[in-house]
Amino acid sequence: MAILEVKNCTKRFGGLVAVKTLHMSLNEGDLYGLIGPNGAGKTTIFNLMTGVYKPDTGSIDLDGKPIHNLKPSMIAKLGLSRTFQNIRLFRSMTVLENVTVARHMRKSQGLFDAVVRTDRLKKEEEGIRRDALELLNIFNLDKRAHEPAVNLPYGSQRRLEIARALATNPKVLLLDEPAAGMNPQESLELMHLIRSIRDKFRLTVLLVEHNMKVVMGVCAKIQVIDYGETIALGTPKEIQDNPKVIEAYLGGA
Amino acid sequence: MRKWAFWLAAIVLLLALQATLRGLIGAYYYQIVILVGINIILAVSLNLINGVTGQFSIGHAGFYAIGGYTSASLVYYGGASIRSALPFLPSLVQDTILLLIGLLAAAVLAGLAGLAVGIPSLRLRGDYLAIVTLGFGEIIRVLILNIDAIGGSRGFSGIPQLSNLFWVYLLVLATIITVRNLIRSSYGRAFISIRDDEIAAEAMGVDTTRYKVLSFVISSMFAGIAGGLFGHFTMYLHPNSFLFTTSFYLIIMIVVGGLGSIEGSVVGAVLVTVTLEVFRRFGPFRLVNFAIVLVLIMIYRPQGLVGKRYGYS
Repeated sequence: MAILEVKNCTKRFGGLVAVKTLHMSLNEGDLYGLIGPNGAGKTTIFNLMTGVYKPDTGSIDLDGKPIHNLKPSMIAKLGLSRTFQNIRLFRSMTVLENVTVARHMRKSQGLFDAVVRTDRLKKEEEGIRRDALELLNIFNLDKRAHEPAVNLPYGSQRRLEIARALATNPKVLLLDEPAAGMNPQESLELMHLIRSIRDKFRLTVLLVEHNMKVVMGVCAKIQVIDYGETIALGTPKEIQDNPKVIEAYLGGA
Repeated sequence: MRKWAFWLAAIVLLLALQATLRGLIGAYYYQIVILVGINIILAVSLNLINGVTGQFSIGHAGFYAIGGYTSASLVYYGGASIRSALPFLPSLVQDTILLLIGLLAAAVLAGLAGLAVGIPSLRLRGDYLAIVTLGFGEIIRVLILNIDAIGGSRGFSGIPQLSNLFWVYLLVLATIITVRNLIRSSYGRAFISIRDDEIAAEAMGVDTTRYKVLSFVISSMFAGIAGGLFGHFTMYLHPNSFLFTTSFYLIIMIVVGGLGSIEGSVVGAVLVTVTLEVFRRFGPFRLVNFAIVLVLIMIYRPQGLVGKRYGYS
């Protein structure tokens, strides 16, 4: 059964059709790649899925529930989390605090607990902290947990974004160009990381990426978009040999 | 246990100060001490929305005015009947009950006003709150000017004096501790995440509209309490105490102290209030000198006097 299903979605910005009658279906446990030339509409698709934009037509279902009319925070709560192409960490917070923010929506403390600092709150805060450190440990960031997040090197900031997204307890994780700006060694590590968190957290991962080595290495299924339309769908091998894809990337002869 | 010990010690200390301070320093300085306290409440609460949550409100004086006039008119018109309902209590206890009822009403009404202003203007990202609160502050002031029952342009006189150093500083402590505890909780992280990156906060499941409104309402409630304390101390309220400049001085306090920092808001409130008093001797050059001080602070400490760059815990 599809855990994330996009049916017949269209999004227009004025005269520009950014996404055109898009279909997409992710099964539980999929490592799904979404690629396409610059401006193909990949990030728009992400923004449609996460509720930043509303589709003009069509629907998006998460685990059988329609989500295309919900606020982003509500969609996050239902189990869809994301990272950003241009890193969006909380700049005044430490590494640890960045991760704990993602636990806010699952809190049980009320305003009264917060103001009076009840034992219930202290216990919950302790639990949040412990879970966050555990998560940081997986990403090899626990030693720098108390440093300002912006002091981390670029590659680590990307990993912290993934850790923060995981802290929301997602069913589906959307990664928007996680390998951007990484060196070959870092990209290799990232590929291992994506696979291992998929297994460890039983996730479905949707990956937008320009680094073909990463996409082809990680994803079992790839969908290629150009001018907002699907031009190919298949395994990495099929995609590589598809003449339409070659044309989209290299131009027609 | 430690909490109770802290509050007990605070109450004993404040009662001792209440009994002695006025005699020691005289009525003029006593009044400045009170004013400093009220400005601390206002600055710390404004800091919650402007500094911690990152929304720009420039109409804090409006909520301050609502609180002041609410508490004053409630006690002025309803005080006698509340007292007659409690004839068996000594007048000091009656005073206390009246003040607490007044302050509660002030907080509730100011909070409701905050809700009414916040819901439409905080749903959007951007500077809408600044525009709306600017207008709101003026609307409130002009409304008061035109309500004869609360004095209109003559000012509201004959307000019973119920607040004093003890009550003002007890509520200063309560404000500081409430705001500090909020910031240290999950709510605080939600507020700060909105300030840092609203899009990322929303994507991480923080309902940004809701938490912006929450922060704004809490901030407004404390401004209302400050207004109640002010009216019941000076025994007289005039719309000119709640001009746009009042809101602006409050913003100066939190910026000079360091946006987002509670210590900063306290330092800023003390510094601005005292400096404005000291500079009275310069007559017409009072505000010129004040501006020079501000420019110097902003040149040498652009992040504020005790502002921190990172973290909050």
